[in-house]
Amino acid sequence: MDVMSLAANWTFDGLLALALLWVGWRVLASTNLFKGIVFFIAFGLLVALSWVRLEAPDVALAEAAIGAGLTGALLLAALSRLRRRQDSAQASDQPLDAETSRTARLSLGTQALLIVFSAVLFVCLGTAFLSLPPLTPGLGPQVAEQLSASGVTNPVTAVLLNFRAYDTLLEMGVLFLALVAVWSLSPAPAQLVTAPGSILISFVRVLVPIVVLAATYLLWIGAYAPGGAFQAGAVLAAAVVLILLAGENTMPAGSTWPLRATLSLGLGVFVAVGMSLMGMGRSFLDFPTDQAGNLILLIEVAATVSIGVTLAALFLGGQPQRGSPK
Amino acid sequence: MTATMAYATAGIGLFVLGLYALSAYTHLLRKVIALNIMASGIFLVFGAIAHRAPGQGADPVPHALVITGVVVAVSATALALALMLRIQAETGQPRLPDETSD
Repeated sequence: MDVMSLAANWTFDGLLALALLWVGWRVLASTNLFKGIVFFIAFGLLVALSWVRLEAPDVALAEAAIGAGLTGALLLAALSRLRRRQDSAQASDQPLDAETSRTARLSLGTQALLIVFSAVLFVCLGTAFLSLPPLTPGLGPQVAEQLSASGVTNPVTAVLLNFRAYDTLLEMGVLFLALVAVWSLSPAPAQLVTAPGSILISFVRVLVPIVVLAATYLLWIGAYAPGGAFQAGAVLAAAVVLILLAGENTMPAGSTWPLRATLSLGLGVFVAVGMSLMGMGRSFLDFPTDQAGNLILLIEVAATVSIGVTLAALFLGGQPQRGSPK
Repeated sequence: MTATMAYATAGIGLFVLGLYALSAYTHLLRKVIALNIMASGIFLVFGAIAHRAPGQGADPVPHALVITGVVVAVSATALALALMLRIQAETGQPRLPDETSD
């Protein structure tokens, strides 16, 4: 690499790192919470860019779709519900400056102590990073060695769904449990948006098929290139969230079983595949080499649908009421 | 090595910033955002360490772990926001009860 491009790389990485810190600070310090959340979404995109620079395109996709996109949507939805309730409680003695007061009214001493503690922590962690033992090969060579037996050619997908499939199974469990907990806390708001504009509605009609196509592509390509079930699921969730925002937020009047079945499909198929492998005399989730590709695809399709619907249900923020009026 | 140092420093900085905000603010939505910033910082340090490995690109195992972490973080965020809304519904304030007078 010549000196010029090396210098360009240094400059880019340095500027991006500074931008991360500055935008991160703006997220936390902005007086207006709405502004802070918008900064948070921009921050997520900068983080995604950093992952590209760290040669982790799979993580960059997940960060852009989940970290920036869906987390941002979750935060905005929660903020609007907070404000709506605060407005309705305005007549009583609720102070409305609640969210504009930037810090707790900490005493100056406590605040100084916190700042000193943070600075010391920063120096300690930095020193710890610098004193890490020099370069080790890590697990990369082992993954590369076993890749041909995994049924896929993208090493990250191989790790997620074959070598460390337990992690992914339990992660599906975490996602499922989070939704169960959210549902048990409150019912979904009867009305998500007051009146979706006609621009939004026609936009959604054009966008949703494209988004679903993109999700399917991400799911399929995940076996060979950056992509996979989680990125595809998050993109699918974005499509469902768009449909919800366009006003289609009523549950069908009938049973909620179709929804519940879709939500548990990913976890169910994952466990069923693992158990049937045990029935064939192998250990749990120990894929036979010749069938690994197909089994991974089966698990990923089920997981994508479940992840998409679960993330969208988390956005809804409560248990949908049966046949509730719009 | 160039990218590694820059992103590790940014990651550590974000973790510390988030920790400061988490302790300084009482508004629960701000605390949830601070936790998310902290998580991003931790992931970046992890990614920077994975990037130090020489040879055939970066190590895929930490990448897979970070993807798992991102999904767990969004689940935890959704649950935390639901708890915050419930606390507001019960007490009228989006903060923990013992921190209102502070």
